[in-house]
Amino acid sequence: MNGIIEFTGLTKSHGRTEVFRNLDLVISKGLTTGIVGESGCGKSTLLQLINGLQRPDRGAVHTFGRPVPERDLVAFRRRIGYAVQGTGLFPHMSVARNIALLGELEGWPGSRIRARTATLMDLMALDGELASRYPHELSGGQQQRVGICRAMFLQPDILLLDEPFSGVDPLTRADIHEQFLGLMGSEATTVVLVTHDMGEAGRLADEIVVIRDGAIVQQGPAERVRRSSDAYVARLFGARTGS
Amino acid sequence: MNVIRRIWQHVATGHRAQVGPRVANRPRATPALRNHHGNPRAAPGSNRGGTRRAAASPAGVILVLVALGLSWAANAQTRPVVIGSKTFTESYLLAEMMAQVLEDRGFEVRRQTGLGGTLVAFQALQSGEIDAYPEYTGTLAQAVFEVQGELDEAQLNARLAPLGAELLPRLGFNNTYAIAVTGETASRLGLERISDLAALPDLRFGFSHEFRDRADGGPGLQQRYGLPQTSSGIEHGLAYLALLQGDIDVTDAYSTDGDLLRYDLRVLEDDLEFFPAYLAAPLVRSDLDAGVKAALSALTGRLDDETMRALNAEVAVEERTFARVAGDFLLAQGLVTATGTRPPTLRDNLARNTLTHLKLTAIAVLAACVVGVGLALLVYRSPALSAGVLYVAGLLQTIPSIALLALMIPLAGVGQVPAIIALFLYSLLPIARNTITALITIDPLLRRVTQALGLSELEQLRHVYVPLALPHMLAGVRIAAVVSIGTATLAAFIGAGGLGEPIVTGLALNDTGLILQGAIPAALLALSAELMFEGLERWLVPRHLVARRVA
Repeated sequence: MNGIIEFTGLTKSHGRTEVFRNLDLVISKGLTTGIVGESGCGKSTLLQLINGLQRPDRGAVHTFGRPVPERDLVAFRRRIGYAVQGTGLFPHMSVARNIALLGELEGWPGSRIRARTATLMDLMALDGELASRYPHELSGGQQQRVGICRAMFLQPDILLLDEPFSGVDPLTRADIHEQFLGLMGSEATTVVLVTHDMGEAGRLADEIVVIRDGAIVQQGPAERVRRSSDAYVARLFGARTGS
Repeated sequence: MNVIRRIWQHVATGHRAQVGPRVANRPRATPALRNHHGNPRAAPGSNRGGTRRAAASPAGVILVLVALGLSWAANAQTRPVVIGSKTFTESYLLAEMMAQVLEDRGFEVRRQTGLGGTLVAFQALQSGEIDAYPEYTGTLAQAVFEVQGELDEAQLNARLAPLGAELLPRLGFNNTYAIAVTGETASRLGLERISDLAALPDLRFGFSHEFRDRADGGPGLQQRYGLPQTSSGIEHGLAYLALLQGDIDVTDAYSTDGDLLRYDLRVLEDDLEFFPAYLAAPLVRSDLDAGVKAALSALTGRLDDETMRALNAEVAVEERTFARVAGDFLLAQGLVTATGTRPPTLRDNLARNTLTHLKLTAIAVLAACVVGVGLALLVYRSPALSAGVLYVAGLLQTIPSIALLALMIPLAGVGQVPAIIALFLYSLLPIARNTITALITIDPLLRRVTQALGLSELEQLRHVYVPLALPHMLAGVRIAAVVSIGTATLAAFIGAGGLGEPIVTGLALNDTGLILQGAIPAALLALSAELMFEGLERWLVPRHLVARRVA
């Protein structure tokens, strides 16, 4: 199995609430895996276990074939892009600097930074004149696209997306989906996409993992999961069309 | 705690030790009459700062930091004789005489007058901040050596020698308690001595409250002399007026008070020697140049009670300057050849005081920035440590500023070093608190993203947390700076100089003009600091972040 991320026997609690019990999951390299479930099912926790923001209570998480390191996480995390709902853009930095901060920290020369920034902004359909603006001067959809650009700046081996496309109107979201697929087309990487929107997962993901109450209820290629007869999965799809 | 209270009292009341709690009133018994314009005292070389003192004091790292900041101010080449004084008319006047006598004999003199109390002045002498100041035997016995009875000059010198100090021969007068009646009463009843009062039970005694309460004041006096009268309590400032209006017949006073002369009051002789002696004499450092000591001895025996009273009255009643009154007296006595010292101009004083003030606050606030921000960065991730730091800093803030300054004296002596340390401690809270608060209230999502993107701890601070905390941090520094500029005016009490100096002198003399010479520039400085930080914020912080904070 070609697992770039592997959870084995994962148990994790938040306080007294058990989020996962004895979970096994392998995420394949080079694919986009959609992790779908309702709010509070532990999807975000799963992402943060991958880049070491959280640690398992029991069991193991392997990323790049090795346990998530305990220390010296800087180099490790720079191989893993991260974009979240609400974007977490740095309010005191311009759009360009938000996108390029990691390149700056990596000591890239200015020309390379500018070129890379321009490429990413172009792929995500961000107008070049936005570069000098501050995040609060952008629309929600523009901010989300900046968040994606920032996460992709160093061409990471893994891209973790935590509901990064929610909170905007459906048309804008459809646009962003298109741009994202375009981006993946030119810079293929392993993507783990956490979403409560089964439609979004079906559109963007190769593999889908459905999580309910901390356990996997369904896992497989997107097409197969979409046709699943499981009542819960069907309901998730229904919820999407309803929204 | 006792020691602290004692020091505090001495700082707060200046000459107090001489006559107990009442003396707070002393320099300004009738304040409105004591105006004194254009005080010329060439005061206070604050430059000399506490640099010599720094190495010996125990305040550790902080002090070293501060001392480093001060070192540029050290001017060790020529060392003038530094004359100090406390904050009441007579002390200023005597200091001025000592200074002019020395200047006339070719010594270079610097005046560091207006030291906030006996212990401050004595400490300043011991630490070498000053070389000489006028002191009183009774004050030394009570305030410095804490003996119940009296010590004569030989006994005092035996005790002073190990402390590196020496009392020169007395100037002549005895500024002790006195019992006063109007001239009219005295001649009508033939009063000369206190014992004469015993036969006149109908006389109305009005004693100041403290004098009435002290065993060695009214009660002891009445017992010793067998005085049958009952006394009423009265504010010292009102006693003379009550005497003149005939509301009371007898009151307590200080024997060299210029107002005795002004109101033509008679002092009754203490024929049973009930009151302790407060003989004035120059107190000098033992290691002071013998020529300087000899020169100061020219004043020996030149001032009796009456003369001193008259000179005090010239300042207090006639509103002449210390320098003039002292100079004219010395010239008339043939103690100097010319009334020389050209008083420094207002502009000289203003510039020097403002520079000193700026130095005090700038060093203190800069050090507080380094330490406060450093501490905040060290502890902000631990709620317990953060709370601890804020608690301690908050505790420091609750100490009244004058008390904190007083507390510094046993630790770091007097002068600029303790003042800077006190200002530094004051500035810590706003800076540390604002920094910690700003750091711990940073959006958790931003914090998570910052970590997830792979920023090292240093990069997190440098590129994200500190820039985001900057508006709050600047606000903290701004508060610290403005508060320090205000608080630093109090530092003059411990001999640090600055804009507090004219304020302290002006308060002692109730001279509004002099007070304003310190207060107005201090207010302007505070205002400039406000504007400077506003500019700094505009320069360093993106506009929308400032706006968001205000909104």
